[in-house]
Amino acid sequence: MDLFMNLALNGLATGMLIFLLAAGLTLIFGLMDVLNFAHGGLFAWGAYSGLWIYSKTDSFLIGIIGAIVTGFILGIVTEKWIIKPVYGNHVQQILITLGLMMVLSEMLKVIWGPNQLTASPPDYLKGSWEIGEINLIKYRVFIIIVGLLVFAGVQFMLKKTKIGLVVQAGVMNKEMVQALGINIQRVFMFVFMIGAGMAALGGVLLGPYSGVIHAGMGMEFAILAFIVVVIGGMGNFKGSVLAAILVGLSGSFMAYYVPDLSLAVNMLLMAVVLIIRPQGLFSAKG
Amino acid sequence: MNNSLLKLNQVETYIGQYHILQGVSFEVRKGEVTVLLGRNGAGKTTTLRTIMGLNPASKGSIVFKGEEIQTFPTYTIAKRGIGYVPEDQGIFAGLTVEENMKVAIQKDNEETAKRMEWVLELFPDLKKFWKKPGGLLSGGQKQMLSIARAYVNENELLLIDEPSKGLAPIMVEKVMDSIMQMKDQTTIVLVEQNFMMASTIGDCFYIIDDGRTVSHGTMKQLKEDEEMKRKYLGIA
Repeated sequence: MDLFMNLALNGLATGMLIFLLAAGLTLIFGLMDVLNFAHGGLFAWGAYSGLWIYSKTDSFLIGIIGAIVTGFILGIVTEKWIIKPVYGNHVQQILITLGLMMVLSEMLKVIWGPNQLTASPPDYLKGSWEIGEINLIKYRVFIIIVGLLVFAGVQFMLKKTKIGLVVQAGVMNKEMVQALGINIQRVFMFVFMIGAGMAALGGVLLGPYSGVIHAGMGMEFAILAFIVVVIGGMGNFKGSVLAAILVGLSGSFMAYYVPDLSLAVNMLLMAVVLIIRPQGLFSAKG
Repeated sequence: MNNSLLKLNQVETYIGQYHILQGVSFEVRKGEVTVLLGRNGAGKTTTLRTIMGLNPASKGSIVFKGEEIQTFPTYTIAKRGIGYVPEDQGIFAGLTVEENMKVAIQKDNEETAKRMEWVLELFPDLKKFWKKPGGLLSGGQKQMLSIARAYVNENELLLIDEPSKGLAPIMVEKVMDSIMQMKDQTTIVLVEQNFMMASTIGDCFYIIDDGRTVSHGTMKQLKEDEEMKRKYLGIA
């Protein structure tokens, strides 16, 4: 039971981290039709900037807030100066965002050095709770709670606020949104900013979870996030959380029971979903 | 007194490499229903899309309330007071009727509340299916929702593209009645293939053929001109 719970907890925590990265990616794709390969770079920048602020202030909370703000700023800059000039051109988008991904990764090395950095959770999130035979690692529970809160917050924003409805409407029919008097460019920037903030949050939470961060972590997680976006349905927010949990759990259990297959399992999962439902588990356009 | 609300002067529009509008000129007077007529592919829908800035004009001018708007982005044109009901209705399928209306509302004030009340009385089906996703509505209900969305803001001009398209005759009548009621409160440019509907609602007409306005007059004149109806509209 303890083993099962630990694997499940591990899988859920990993799933939530992937979700934080994939959620922004799927919204950006759904609304803006942009494949942002630099999204992983924002995740890595969240990890580094958050850890740096945490080390300077000795407050993990301030580190988290700092990472999110870094994500917001990078998101706005990326959308305004990098993505905006290549709207509607997928080839240019792929090239420019891949290039940006490299620049973001290399900049991390320039600022914080080429070696990986170690990270650990604050004292109050170290250790575990024992409930009967079950051992719950505090930091993993914390990640799951943060992930669920972010999911609930974004769901609330999408369902209950005007800007959320506009974002959903924009995913379904951009042209009509503009014909109703809404500046879609501002909505694009807002979504990009939120997506980048979530990615940065995922990055800063990953550090203490894995114990180390390195400049290449963005690309590693971005691949998982892309798999999640495809499985969940490109542009579907709810789909991305379910797919992220699925990927997290399958990765965790397979790594224990069939370690040789642990790397291939996500690809297999994606292939199976694509064969059965090519549009992903959920449709984007509602 | 100048009663002109919208004026297009020699407007030309390309879609990709295709030269769709090659000189469309017409004037819309306040309080009237101006009907754009013409065969399929003549350029009527593109004319409305060009006014909205969705297919921007490459030449000519579009003047709305004395201001040239042909270079404005679509959202600015909409905010100036032009409501648009596209041919495919443009319903946000995954959003409920209520959410579709919420997205459309530009100013949450008393006037908007009044207009909302009026339009829901006009289309009781919308109230009935208030919480139903737009994608699950019937064709007629979608048309009503699309018109309601355009009307709910204080738009001085509504551009309505083929509201009867694909609807059952009973629904066509309902939509026609609703446009007749709106006629007293706003100015309308209507693209319509259904000549019966167009001639009942319209005050004046412009015929577009091969991307050019080729004729215009009052609806009464058109009703009596069998030759013109046969030549441009294919009505025997």
